[in-house]
Amino acid sequence: MADDASTVPVTVLVPGVLRAECGGESTLTLRSGPTLGALLDQLGATHPRLHRRIRSERSEIRRYVNVYVDGEDCRLTGVLTTPLRAGAEVQILPSVAGG
Amino acid sequence: MSHILCIGTEKGLFTARSEDDRKTWEIGPPQFQMTNVYAVGVDKRSSTTRLLASVTSSHFGPSVAVSDDLGATWSEPDEPPLAFPDSAGVALVRVWQFAASPTAAGVVYAGTQPSALFKSTDGGESYDLVPGLWNHPHRPEWGAGFGGQAIHTVLPHPSDPDRLLVAMSTGGVYRSTDAGESWSPANKGIKAYFFPDPWPEFGQCVHKVARDAGDPERLYAQNHHGVYRSDNGGDSWESIADGLPTDFGFTMVAHPSKPGVVYTFPIEADGSRYPPDFRCRVYRSTDAGAAWEVLQNGLPPNDFYPVVLRDAMCTDDAAVTGVYFGTRSGEVFGSADEGDSWSMIAEHLPDVLCVRAFQV
Repeated sequence: MADDASTVPVTVLVPGVLRAECGGESTLTLRSGPTLGALLDQLGATHPRLHRRIRSERSEIRRYVNVYVDGEDCRLTGVLTTPLRAGAEVQILPSVAGG
Repeated sequence: MSHILCIGTEKGLFTARSEDDRKTWEIGPPQFQMTNVYAVGVDKRSSTTRLLASVTSSHFGPSVAVSDDLGATWSEPDEPPLAFPDSAGVALVRVWQFAASPTAAGVVYAGTQPSALFKSTDGGESYDLVPGLWNHPHRPEWGAGFGGQAIHTVLPHPSDPDRLLVAMSTGGVYRSTDAGESWSPANKGIKAYFFPDPWPEFGQCVHKVARDAGDPERLYAQNHHGVYRSDNGGDSWESIADGLPTDFGFTMVAHPSKPGVVYTFPIEADGSRYPPDFRCRVYRSTDAGAAWEVLQNGLPPNDFYPVVLRDAMCTDDAAVTGVYFGTRSGEVFGSADEGDSWSMIAEHLPDVLCVRAFQV
């Protein structure tokens, strides 16, 4: 994505269980449009295997995946419309589920 | 000659291997850990045996992986190998069944939850929705069983590439005679006791359908109460439950080469999901369901409570056919002599969801 005024730099924190889907990286630094939805779309283009673990083909965040934007649960801040500031930290975490 | 037994469980895929004609087995560590493996496919149409695995993480969703080295390593594409198009308005929950076409190279079908049929032309690496079934006018009325709404049976015709049969819970049996372009229900004679009209055109909760080894028009069905046979490719069904201790269960497995031979593992009832009399017993018919014999030599003689799920029973392709089943309490039993005698292959595994066996 172009480095222009419509994009913001974002850091994505990848949980250990998903790092194999992005070359073993624990942190991804990229630019995206200024919403969480734009960031996830960007991930779909640059890291499709990681992206499909987070979202279904309907672009919905999977039920037992939590995404925090600057420490706030995105489900409480507008989900895909959650705004991203320049330098935002987006953390992906599996929820407490299963056994 | 080696024998391979793939065991799909609630917590991964286990692969057992026997080098002594199925007398002893070595079981490898779980692969796809913490995923449920509802389906394994074995495609032996080319010189390289290809395995397909339906793997679903409760956190990270479903996928399909393939292995061309008998399960030593697996691969997945970057893009979802199997996904609904935007127009469908739903997301894939999981794949319940793989079926390699016996008549079309590279073609693999997948039955899914929600109930849909997908087709691959690249050996099972990527799939497209079969729109003819998805757009069927009955689809809004198809329901969901306790395990979810799914197509769990896919039977391509052994010699006619245009003919396909699927079964779903709930919805029943549907057939196509034009390579999946159009579909018709095929449930005449199968009871749906849970409806005010127990003999509907569709809506039955068929649990599994198997095709006879000798006559492709002969089919066997385990229903949600009711065990049936069709001698006309599904035009009509008649009960073959007489001789079984109950008419409930999930499994129905046809012998791969002997006409008229079929196996099942009955369960007491819908509302009493234990083996009849709390005994671990397989039933076999050698006359297409006219009579049934109990098989229990080597099976646990004492109280036994777990059930066998619809894909947790299978045969292999050895010269003397092996029969296998796994339980929801993580035991796997096998017979190297067509069911006459049994031994335990594994215990203390997670819930067994499917088994598939073959020789290499």
